[in-house]
Amino acid sequence: MSTYGADDFGWFGGVGAFGGRFMPEALIAALDELDIAWQKAMVDPAFVAEFEGLLQNYAGVPSMLYDAHRLSEHAGARILLKREDLNHTGAHKIRNVLGQALLTKRMGKTRVIAETGAGQHGVASATAAAYLGLDCTVYMGEVDTERQALNVARMQLLGAEVIPVKSGSRTLKDAINEALRDWVASVDHTAYLFGTAAGPHPFPSLVLSFVRGIGDEARQQCLDLTGRLPDAITACVGGGSNAIGLFAGFLDDADVDIYGFEAGGDGVETGRHAATIFAGSIGVLHGARTFVLQDEDGQTIESHSISAGLDYPGVGPQHAALAQARRATYLPVTDAEAMDAMALLARTEGIIPAIESAHAVAGTLKVAKERQGETLLINLSGRGDKDMGTALEYFHLGTAGAAK
Amino acid sequence: MTSSSAAFAKARAENRAALVGYLPAGFPDVDGSIAALRAMVDAGCDVIEIGLPYSDPVMDGPTIQAAAQQALEGGVRTADVLRTVEAVAATGTPTLVMTYWNPVERYGVERFAADLASAGGAGLITPDLTPDFAPEWIAAADQHDLDKVFLVAPSSTDERIAMTTAACRGFVYATAVMGVTGARTSTSDLAGPLVSRTKATTTLPVGVGLGVSNGAQAAEVASYADGVIVGSAFVRALLDNAGDRAAGLAALTALTEDLAAGVAGGVRA
Repeated sequence: MSTYGADDFGWFGGVGAFGGRFMPEALIAALDELDIAWQKAMVDPAFVAEFEGLLQNYAGVPSMLYDAHRLSEHAGARILLKREDLNHTGAHKIRNVLGQALLTKRMGKTRVIAETGAGQHGVASATAAAYLGLDCTVYMGEVDTERQALNVARMQLLGAEVIPVKSGSRTLKDAINEALRDWVASVDHTAYLFGTAAGPHPFPSLVLSFVRGIGDEARQQCLDLTGRLPDAITACVGGGSNAIGLFAGFLDDADVDIYGFEAGGDGVETGRHAATIFAGSIGVLHGARTFVLQDEDGQTIESHSISAGLDYPGVGPQHAALAQARRATYLPVTDAEAMDAMALLARTEGIIPAIESAHAVAGTLKVAKERQGETLLINLSGRGDKDMGTALEYFHLGTAGAAK
Repeated sequence: MTSSSAAFAKARAENRAALVGYLPAGFPDVDGSIAALRAMVDAGCDVIEIGLPYSDPVMDGPTIQAAAQQALEGGVRTADVLRTVEAVAATGTPTLVMTYWNPVERYGVERFAADLASAGGAGLITPDLTPDFAPEWIAAADQHDLDKVFLVAPSSTDERIAMTTAACRGFVYATAVMGVTGARTSTSDLAGPLVSRTKATTTLPVGVGLGVSNGAQAAEVASYADGVIVGSAFVRALLDNAGDRAAGLAALTALTEDLAAGVAGGVRA
C-alpha cells in the first residue's frame, strides 16, 4: 500500500482528517468482523487465487489498454483508454462485487444487500450473487428506477429483488440510507456490498483492494505499449471507485499527474451539480468524514447530474485526502460537455461510453489543450448501453430517416 | 442545566423507572413542538430528548423520518433546535438533544456545546457517533459539564460496552433490538441481557429504547432497566392528529400518562 493509504482506524491524510467510522454502534461489530475477515483473506493465497481466477475467467479481466488513434488526432495528445467497459456486466464494478461476494461466502453469510445509483453496481451485485448462490436485495432510489428501468429489469432477471426507495431525494444517497437500515436489522446473516470506495472503515480500503487491478494493469500495459508511464491519468469521480482503482497504481509515481472529473451538472455556478470536492465542504456523510454538498446547517444538499452514477453528494474519503494533499486535481465537467464527449467517442472510435465515463473523456479533452503531445490515460469505466434512453432524449435520436 | 442522571436518581428513589420522551424539533412546527414537549413534561416524562432533524437519518424508521422531513421542509434550523431546548429546559426537566453527527460538526463542536449549555440543555445523545471517534465532542462536553449519552447494542462486544460506558455521562442508551426506530408489537428478548451486560460495567443508569409504544411494554422494560425511552409512538400520536393541535396534545398527554403508569408499575429488581 502506498503512503496515501488509510491507518488502522480508516483515517486518510492523518488522524481525524478524512474517512474514519461514524456509524451506529449496532453496526460496529459487523464492520470489525468484516475488517478482520478481509485482512485475513487478502493474505490467504487460496482466496487471492480464487478472486483472480474469477476475474480472468468470468469477468474478462484484464481489460485491454486501447490506443485511441482517432480520438488522439482530435485531442492533439496520445489518448489511451483502459477498457473497463468491456468487462462482464459492462463496467469496473464487477471487480468490487466479485471480491466482496467471495468474502461474504467466506464469512458464511447467505444474503447480500446493495445500493445502486445508475444500476451498474446493482447489476454487478445481482450477477455475483446469482453466480455464487447468494440472496440479493438491491435498494435503488425511485427516481433512478425510472431513469434506469433497463437495469432494474436486468437485476430482476438475475434473481435480485429491487426495492424502490421513496424517502428523501429518492436517489443514491437515500438508497444508501435504506440499505444501512436493512443492514442494522439483518447483519447476522447479511453482508452489505458497498458500491463505491466510500462509507465507513474498512469499506474505502476494502473496495480499493478489489478494484486496484485497474491501475496495476494499466500501469504495466502502458509500459508495454509505450515504453514509459503516461504523463497523466484521468477518471470520472462520483463516489470514486473506478477512479481510486486507477489512481492506486500510480500514486507513488510522482511524475504522473492525476485528474478526477466530477459531475458539473448544469454548471457549478448554477448550484445544480455533483462536484463534491471542487465545490463542497468538509463534513460527515454515510460514515466517513469527506467533502459533502451541504447547507449551512450540515443538511445534505441534493446533487444533480445527467449521469445517475455520479449523482451523489459525497465522495470517497481517499479522494478528499488526495485533493487536500494536492496529489490529484479534481475538476467539474458539465452535462453538456459529457454528452458531447459521448457522441464524439462514438463517432471517432465506435465506442459508446457510459455517461459517467464520458465525463472523464470530456475532462481529458479539456486538459489535453494544455498538454499537447503528451500521453493521457483515461479509465473508460463503463459502457453506454444503459444510457441509451438518456441519449435518445438528449440527442433526439430514435426516429429512422431523421437528420443525424 | 440539570444532568439527566438526577432525573434517573429521583425515579429510582420513587422505586420506578424513568420515562424518557422524544420528539423532533420543528414538528409539526417549532412552536408546535415546544407545546408538545411541554405537554409530555406535564403528563409525566422525566427526561426529554429533542431530535435535531437531519436529511439522512440512517437509524430512523419511517415514522421519525416522516416527522424530520416535515420539520426540514418547514425550514427548521439548528438555531431553532436550541431555542426549543431552552423553552423545554425552562420547565426544570433535563433536556437532551438527539442528533446525527454532521449538523454538530457543521455548527462547530465547541460552539454547539457552549450554546447548548447556555440554552440549559443537559447534553447530547449521538446515534452515529461512538466514543472512539468522538474526541472533540468528549472534550467539549467535559468543558461544559454536558451529558454524553452513547449507545450500546445487542451486537456490542463486552469490551466495546465497557469502552462506551466509560465515556458516558448522564445515562447509557441501550438499543433493545437490532434495527431502526419504530413502534413494535412485542418487546425484545435482546434488551434484558444487554442491560445486564451493560450494568456489569457501570453504575450509570441504563435506559432502553427502540420499539416501546404503550404502558404494558413500558412496564415490562421497567422491570429490568432504569429508564424507558419512547420516540416513534409520540410522533405517531401527532401524525395521527395532523391538523388538529388540541387533539394531538390530548393524544400525547394520554400516551404519556399510560407510559408513566407503566414505568411506575414495573417490578423493580
